[in-house]
Amino acid sequence: MIMKIRNIISGTAVSLALASSISAYSQSGEPYIHDPSTIMECDGKYYTFGTGGGGLISEDGWNWYPGAVRPGGGAAPDAIKIGDRYLIAYSATGGGLGGGHAGKVLTMWNKTLDPSSPDFGFTEPIEVAHSLDDEDCDAIDAGLLLDPTTGRLWLSYGTYFGFIRLVELDPATGARVEGNEPVYIAIDCEATDLMYRDGWYYLLGTHGTCCDGPNSTYNIVVGRSRNVTGPYLDNIGRDMLQGGGKMLLSAGNHKTGPGHFGRYIEDDGVEKMSFHYEADFDRGGRSVLAVLPLLWENGWPIAGEPVKEGVYEIESQRHGYALELAVDFVRIPYKRFRFWEKTEGPVEPLKSQTLDDVIDTWPEGETKVRLGDYMFRPHQRWSVQPVPEYGGYLDAPYYKIVIDGTNRALTATAEAEVAAVPEFTGAPEQLWRIEQLTDGTYRIMPKSVPGHEGEDLVLVSVADSTPSLGKFDMSSDNSKWRFRDR
Amino acid sequence: MRYSFIKRRLILFFVLLTAVSVNARAAAGPSGDDNVPPPRQTDYEIQTPTYLSDYFTESKKGCIGTESDGFIRRWLLLEPISKPNRSNTVFTDSYINHVLDSVYFKGQFTDIPQNGKKVKVGKHKLTWHALDSRLFNVKLYRFAAALKKPVYGVIFIAVTVIDCPEDIKDVRMSVGSNSASKWWLNDEETVILSGDRRMVADDCVSKRLTLRKGRNIIWGAVINGPGMSDFCVRFLDENGKPVNNFTTCFE
Repeated sequence: MIMKIRNIISGTAVSLALASSISAYSQSGEPYIHDPSTIMECDGKYYTFGTGGGGLISEDGWNWYPGAVRPGGGAAPDAIKIGDRYLIAYSATGGGLGGGHAGKVLTMWNKTLDPSSPDFGFTEPIEVAHSLDDEDCDAIDAGLLLDPTTGRLWLSYGTYFGFIRLVELDPATGARVEGNEPVYIAIDCEATDLMYRDGWYYLLGTHGTCCDGPNSTYNIVVGRSRNVTGPYLDNIGRDMLQGGGKMLLSAGNHKTGPGHFGRYIEDDGVEKMSFHYEADFDRGGRSVLAVLPLLWENGWPIAGEPVKEGVYEIESQRHGYALELAVDFVRIPYKRFRFWEKTEGPVEPLKSQTLDDVIDTWPEGETKVRLGDYMFRPHQRWSVQPVPEYGGYLDAPYYKIVIDGTNRALTATAEAEVAAVPEFTGAPEQLWRIEQLTDGTYRIMPKSVPGHEGEDLVLVSVADSTPSLGKFDMSSDNSKWRFRDR
Repeated sequence: MRYSFIKRRLILFFVLLTAVSVNARAAAGPSGDDNVPPPRQTDYEIQTPTYLSDYFTESKKGCIGTESDGFIRRWLLLEPISKPNRSNTVFTDSYINHVLDSVYFKGQFTDIPQNGKKVKVGKHKLTWHALDSRLFNVKLYRFAAALKKPVYGVIFIAVTVIDCPEDIKDVRMSVGSNSASKWWLNDEETVILSGDRRMVADDCVSKRLTLRKGRNIIWGAVINGPGMSDFCVRFLDENGKPVNNFTTCFE
């Protein structure tokens, strides 16, 4: 009977874990939106605007609620911060495959995105681009780029109806540069956006079917060019003017139809991509905001993934040693063989060491942690679990990190070191922000460190065998970790 | 190939038997079927009317060479056959095979069309146009719009004749289309592009084929609900490079 109850509890735990793991791929709260603009941070809060006016606000990047204010209605806005002001571009019209395709893109400024601020107030929208009825373009789906190399401001727009166009705006006024003529940079895309990195301009767009809920095949593709005006080629050299595009993200994790890419640079080596899913199956198929890590591989962006709930080796990128409790190494008994002799009789597999085998040898109370050779022993197996009840950050809820099968939780200490405490309490120093870096490794950061609030310390390897807390440095492997399930 | 040919002829025979009812639905004009969207060019005056010359030139008799990108630009295009669909998401494989294998007019799949010749589809007479695309892709929406024909809820039929100086073996027919389409070379089915498609160069290719010395005939059918419609076709060699040592002919 006890066994049966244990099995039921175990099964329930697995189900909850699965649900938690799945929900970790889109934002919490009420993140219902379509065609979200690139996420903007303003006075410690995050904002995104969508089709139809309005938008979402988040205090922490993870929990989102309606409340952002954008006049004008229309479709598919984008946002960019230029100096100390925010420029919003949006379409006055709504496209549609069978529609007239006469559209207008407008821009407007605001000093703040916080509707409660006395400085809040949008300027009068001005038209910066348009398409006429039945032209080979549909002037909606604005995407903005402030070229970091030149300071010039670019706007891409268009849909599946004809070409994607690129025009230049004045970064001081948000108006169209006088005399500027559109450049055609792609066909058969929607929801374009532009970004720049390491000498390359990237044109993001969507392919596939929009607006069909769980059946939407919307997916995000990318091409790149040495010039902002193109040609934008995909990974096989195919021009986006011939329909090219390398897939960046498609459906998965119970969600379909990613679209409307936006790039958010949080820190050196820490980038995010915001977008919507056309349908979140766990939310009845509604369109939701989502944020994923943005990674770079061989000069191409790829979509990362938050760490999934599971049991992992936490491996230092510095030397490859694993994070472990500083406890006695307990040897596994085994029968010795001469290397050169054949085995007589059947092979008997060795059993892995279990927690029960060793836990009595572990000290009670707070335990030091260190880095050591990974031997898949219990003191090296960390259970990484999202704890959304404690909030989160842009692409995931906070995690607790405990030795598997126990409540011994990794914690930051007041000495800016790390240790394991006997019980997870939900204290800020036990909540971990795990963010995938642009190279695919992770940084691990406590929500706060007692006595060091506001210092943004992360888990580092200060020696091959010694972890600590320190400043994040993207150029150093000391700041980087991998989660391995092996 | 032979089996495929016979099979298709049998299918054509049975399809012809039922074509009257099929065609009655397919060819019902804008005024005869509430589900048929009207041609956008006639319900009101649009701001930017389409001119055929912006996208095509009229083919002149004879053969033209193939450009380095290999895309075939010379086509005989039939004015659109009405086939109402309010969404492109219905274009499943079964649907495409059923609808695009259907015979809508006498001589379909069998007779090389003649420029200016009309065929009867249901109650409608539709005309063949011999055109050279100015672009690598053939803009079907613009073709229909310029002729003030329905642009949405339609099937386009395209035919071309290519002439090879010798057998060209191990090539693949490469197609991109908006929306779904189906293609044949010398009576053999080569490529099907199902689903809600946008045109992507080299989206789908056939198995390895031989372009035989002399005349080779390509038939294609592109179906579109709402939105833009176009296609591009070329042949790729074993290395994925465009094949261009052939001409495209209009007799």
